[in-house]
Amino acid sequence: MDFLSLAFLFLVAGMISVPLASKFGLGSVLGYLIAGIALSPILSAFRVDVVSLQHFAEFGVVMMLFLVGLELEPKMLWQMKARLLGLGGLQVGVTTLAVMGIAMALGLEWSIALGLGLIFALSSTAIVLQTLGEKGLMRSDGGQASFSVLLFQDIAVIPMLALIPLLASPALMDSYVTPYEPVETQLEAPEIPMEDGAQAEDGHAAGEDHAGEDHAGEDHGPAAPGWIDTIPGWKRALLTVGAIALVVVGGSWLTPRLFRYIALARLRELFVATALCMVVGIALLMNLVGLSPALGTFLAGVVLANSEYRHELESDVDPFRGMLLGLFFMTVGAGIDFALLWDRLFTIVGLTVGLIALKAVILLALSYPFRVTGPNRWLFALGLAQAGEFGFVLLSFTTSVQVVPQAIADVALLVVALSMLLTPGLFILYDRVIAPRFSISGEHAADEIDEEAPIIIAGHGRWGGIVNRLLLGAGYRTVVLDHSSAQLEMLRAFGFKVFFGDASRPDLLVAAGIERAKMLVVAIDDRDQATEIVRHVRKHHPHVYIIARARDRNHVYELWGAGCRDIIRETFDSGVRAGRSALEALGVHPFDAERMARGFVDIDRRTMRELANLYDPEIPTHQNKPYIERSRALRAETEAAMTGGGTAYDARIERGWAPPVGRDEPEGDPAKGIE
Amino acid sequence: MAKLLIYYAHPGQRFSRANAAMWARAQTVKDATCVDLYAEYPRFDIDVDREQQRLLDHDVIVFQFPVFWYSTPSLLKEWQDLVLEHGFAYGHEGTRLAGKAMQLAVTTAGPETAYAPGGHNRYPIRDYLRPLEQTAFLCNMTFLAPLVLFGALKAENSGQIEQNAETYGWLLDGLSSGRVPVEEAAPDAVLTHETLRERV
Repeated sequence: MDFLSLAFLFLVAGMISVPLASKFGLGSVLGYLIAGIALSPILSAFRVDVVSLQHFAEFGVVMMLFLVGLELEPKMLWQMKARLLGLGGLQVGVTTLAVMGIAMALGLEWSIALGLGLIFALSSTAIVLQTLGEKGLMRSDGGQASFSVLLFQDIAVIPMLALIPLLASPALMDSYVTPYEPVETQLEAPEIPMEDGAQAEDGHAAGEDHAGEDHAGEDHGPAAPGWIDTIPGWKRALLTVGAIALVVVGGSWLTPRLFRYIALARLRELFVATALCMVVGIALLMNLVGLSPALGTFLAGVVLANSEYRHELESDVDPFRGMLLGLFFMTVGAGIDFALLWDRLFTIVGLTVGLIALKAVILLALSYPFRVTGPNRWLFALGLAQAGEFGFVLLSFTTSVQVVPQAIADVALLVVALSMLLTPGLFILYDRVIAPRFSISGEHAADEIDEEAPIIIAGHGRWGGIVNRLLLGAGYRTVVLDHSSAQLEMLRAFGFKVFFGDASRPDLLVAAGIERAKMLVVAIDDRDQATEIVRHVRKHHPHVYIIARARDRNHVYELWGAGCRDIIRETFDSGVRAGRSALEALGVHPFDAERMARGFVDIDRRTMRELANLYDPEIPTHQNKPYIERSRALRAETEAAMTGGGTAYDARIERGWAPPVGRDEPEGDPAKGIE
Repeated sequence: MAKLLIYYAHPGQRFSRANAAMWARAQTVKDATCVDLYAEYPRFDIDVDREQQRLLDHDVIVFQFPVFWYSTPSLLKEWQDLVLEHGFAYGHEGTRLAGKAMQLAVTTAGPETAYAPGGHNRYPIRDYLRPLEQTAFLCNMTFLAPLVLFGALKAENSGQIEQNAETYGWLLDGLSSGRVPVEEAAPDAVLTHETLRERV
């Protein structure tokens, strides 16, 4: 099958199944998995190499960790250390031992049992983070605990790959007879492209190096990472440290300069290309020194979390992450070998359910000492109960280094895939059954942590800057978006938290946290873009309170039509103040001038509000009859009032201070005598 | 010689006659500081430090205002609320105003007969000025007998406006030069342009 038809096939499958799954509240992951299952007959008919496709798609995991890193400032990572090491370490350790014990009880050799324990201890970063992000649970306590464990697992894969070859026992391999021949061939075929692929999955490439001399020489091209094994240990360590240092220094020092340079071209796609180039480059570098690319990009993400280009990077990389992960989930669905599944249905389903139950119980037990409470405990336990995509990698690795016999690996592979397939179901169980029970008791709300700033200011020019300074001065946290690099640099120098980006792009608003924001201040120069932002946010994020800057009176109506109800004319207040100053200079008493100005503002605002209701965005203002008529009438009214022809204006500004008149005068008003 | 600080609080100066004449006369007093509160703080954002410094720099504090609803105009109340801080004007350490004097010069719409048992305001004008009198007491200030122009709305026809303004000027000049003694007022004492006619 050629590239275009394959791409078309996957895109169509995703397009059809994901919205359907979302509609029924199943989440995108299950939608992709189902699409993959639906595709599998077509794919096998065309002899598509699903596994190598899967390894390509796993690059989405690398991108996801980069994005996760971007969300995580170094300070936050440091705060997580207890959970990362303690909770993560215990989860991997205890689960490995438990699975190993059960496997031995079922009659397997200890080395095979340990291999399986390591494989099943891991959970699916891809599914869990995707689902948590989709449901907005990433920042909840359960989400944070899950993330800590997943991150530890990602790190733990590296020593595992080093450990597994030590368990090799070729003699054992022959004692397990493959029950189902075709599986073997299907599994073995993709191994070669997998190793050759420049984008070989994290850990896997590194794993091949550890696999030993018999592999490295023949399979890898000259650019393959195998060369690292040929140099002495101390040099290797030095190289590894150097690579990490390069990522950290490059991330913090080089990136801003690079982006500033790229910004000169003013081309959106160049930003995308640069962001992709960064991620791919780091992954390559990590492969080269035998580290996990996911870990490397995560580190780069953390380094860039404080950068002004954070939101830009996020919105640039995110679509690729989404597409690749979608492809990855589809390949998981497509990779399920139904023939073997039907053949040994009860064994495999039993093992899968048993594995999920075992992992969930261990996670539940661990949640107590680490104080993951309430609904978060269940989110944590159910969310991480599956085996993960690293399981695929480790399985093919364990068979190739003769730790786990092929026959057992085939079954284990199905258990991993099936447990991933069941995970969306567990999340649905959490959503529909567990979370509602806790929210009734009121615990749910208290556990949510919101780390985003509640106020987004789009445009930090002369106007937005004033708003920002006032809000910061009052102790509120803001996220500022601006598309002027020079402006940003200056603001950063003064210690403002500002991010580069064009606020009129919806994806950037999402990256800046519009979904969790309380307020958006639209202060950008371009009036049409400002109106568009208001329209978009009103429609897609109706919970956000919008304050918009209007260029002039007509813009006020446009913004009103777009749904904004707090519109500030950028020059109105200063104009009124200038008028007031003029009155004072003309000898009007300052307090009278103040009241005249207030009266003017009041009348003007009332007029405008009335006209705004007649404004119709569908009809140009000059063709809007009721608008024009009312506008004329109001203008006549105002003018008459201001020039002394009417009484409304005078009454408005003098009311209360004029001396009492009429019948009371001879007696004198007891209250106010203005003699 | 006493240094005078004259505060004038009137939000409707365009309509004022009696107070306008008084204010014009007050500004002729030698070496007195005259502050039109509504002109200086039209948006009610009183500069507390500056006002406190003004108080410290003077000996006799004069408040000239029309009586509104048996009290001061709102900005003068705001001024009191903000400027007379604890620890500055009153309280254990608040002794900064001790020894200074407070002189009131007010106008009322009601005639003198209204401010008496049986009149429609029922109580003497001094009773309505007690809050300020008590403020002076708490700040260890000397409360001087207030100058009152009754029936100010009708005063125009009888030439009382000029007379009252001149009396006000005489009083301020006298306090400034020491010709008028700075002494605590009797509980019921009220000065009017009529009672002072012979001395002016």
